[in-house]
Amino acid sequence: MDKTHDNKAWFLVIPVFVIVAFSAIIPLMTVVNYSLQDIFGPNERYFVGTEWFREVLNDSRLHGALYRQLLFSGLVLLIEVPLGVAIALAMPPRGWTASLCLVLLAIPLLIPWNVIGTIWIIFTRPDIGLLGRTINGLGIPFDHTAAPLDAWVTVMLMEVWHWTPLVALLAYAGLRAIPEAYYQAARIDGASAWAVFKYIQLPKMRGVLTIAILLRFMDSFLIYAEPFVLTGGGPGNSTTFLSIYLVKQAVGQFDLGPAAAFSIIYFLIVLLFSWVFYQVLQRVGTGDK
Amino acid sequence: MARIELRNLAHSYGRNGTYALKPLDLTWEDGGAYALLGPSGCGKTTMLNVISGLLRPSQGQVVIDGRDATGLEPRARNIAQVFQFPVIYDTMTVFDNLAFPLRNRGVAESEVGTRVNEIADMLDLGQDLRRRASGLTADAKQKISLGRGLVRTDVAAVLFDEPLTVINPHMKFLLRRKLKQVHERLGITFIYVTHDQNEALTFADQVVVMHDGSVVQQGSPRDLFERPAHTFVGYFIGSPGMNLLPCRLDGDTALVEGSRIQLAPGVGARAAQRSGPVRLGVRPEFLRLARNGEPSIGAEIAAVEDLGNYSVVTVKLDGHVLRIKVPEGETVEGTTCQVVFPPEHTKIYVDERLVE
Repeated sequence: MDKTHDNKAWFLVIPVFVIVAFSAIIPLMTVVNYSLQDIFGPNERYFVGTEWFREVLNDSRLHGALYRQLLFSGLVLLIEVPLGVAIALAMPPRGWTASLCLVLLAIPLLIPWNVIGTIWIIFTRPDIGLLGRTINGLGIPFDHTAAPLDAWVTVMLMEVWHWTPLVALLAYAGLRAIPEAYYQAARIDGASAWAVFKYIQLPKMRGVLTIAILLRFMDSFLIYAEPFVLTGGGPGNSTTFLSIYLVKQAVGQFDLGPAAAFSIIYFLIVLLFSWVFYQVLQRVGTGDK
Repeated sequence: MARIELRNLAHSYGRNGTYALKPLDLTWEDGGAYALLGPSGCGKTTMLNVISGLLRPSQGQVVIDGRDATGLEPRARNIAQVFQFPVIYDTMTVFDNLAFPLRNRGVAESEVGTRVNEIADMLDLGQDLRRRASGLTADAKQKISLGRGLVRTDVAAVLFDEPLTVINPHMKFLLRRKLKQVHERLGITFIYVTHDQNEALTFADQVVVMHDGSVVQQGSPRDLFERPAHTFVGYFIGSPGMNLLPCRLDGDTALVEGSRIQLAPGVGARAAQRSGPVRLGVRPEFLRLARNGEPSIGAEIAAVEDLGNYSVVTVKLDGHVLRIKVPEGETVEGTTCQVVFPPEHTKIYVDERLVE
């Protein structure tokens, strides 16, 4: 049997190539283009090679933003994943109470991101905010516009309030997919609640938790709108995360070259961490090395 | 050792007052190989879960060795259960899976090792002990489920809930034989739930047939075949099932429309003591085509199916369909035939229940 050489099928794939090119590749290559040139105007540009990359990598303010970002994303994962799993475990398995819990959990996810920042500004204001006034009323001075620690606490609270429901929903879906027979077998085997969690629930949730961890890492690493609205990166630079710093540089100072170089590095960092997380989570608990 | 008695037991899942399990009394003798047979939704699994303690019955008692166990948690009973889909702990090795029930009960690690090795050898899992359980085939996983039950030294009964559903046909045969061997070797009570009559009849010494939440008959495979106590047992067991024809009684003769069929002596009198619709039941295997002028009933031949080592002849007797199993080599020709109803195998059912 001879293979028929007919390459017409390639024409059918063209729309996909066009869409991917215009949605991903061309914008990304534009950034690469900017990162290698010094641009003063439409007809005034100079090729500078890797100069912007060297400048960006030696920028101490960028280092500061990167460390803050890593600390922030680390805390997000450490708090939101266990908390989300705990909420999912505590939720009723079925019935109208389960539906109610799902709706309540979904509410923070439905609010526009900059609105979330505004809600938390008002909520934590020391003079009129319910939370801010209550804490100050208890004799603990609290002001996220003045104290870096207070700003961090507020941003973390807001982030946990906003995104833990996503982890909880994913974990809940994973839990509901476990067949009843596993719980029955565990009862007959005399397993404790902790053993049921460790040997049945957690392994069965691995797939959804992998997704949850990747999503929460990527989203928190790219966070912009909520802290920008809430603190504007301050007080000082204490809550200036990578995105906020990038926008300050690109829009505020119009340093398009360094900002483009920074964007590429930023993108590669996210890609690298996501890949590492994925690889680790695929192997954990399966015995593969 | 376990003798399990169900006393006046019933269970309702609490929806519109219907019983999944209607009030019943039943005893499972120690060391028996039982099959619990019935169609889907007849209450088999409910009964199993009540015995193992996963479900607390709405009424009645579960008595194990004379001790009321109705309120005991599953872990406190010496009963193991194997489920339809293999349950294994994915992250553990085969060894750890088998050791799990013992470790949960605080058994010393040295004894755990001995027990696990012993059971693994019995189930031919010895070479896989260090492997992760998640990578094994369905039949090996089902053996692990069984092993987790057997590994406990106190275990006195194992309940199987359609354990071969997901096993491929060839392995089904091997696994069933393995179960049989394990039963003979350990002498503990096995209760095997299935809706497959072949599985039930080959596995069990005693078969309990359930229908619509009630036990309709308990007996040996031979009893179920020769003396079905209920019309349901008659047509559910056997292939094809029992022929059932509405009839009237005249002494020890049954009248099916215009045909007179002779019954065993005394049946008519005993049937007369009960009320309800009367039906005549006879298995296709016991019907014969008449040779040289025995007393017989005329019928029309509607179809003949040759199934290799026997044929199933479908005939019409005064409008009622009747199936007859005819041995290989006997030829069936023409459009009419004469059918012989052996009196000792021609049963009468009043209100669906056998007249003994």
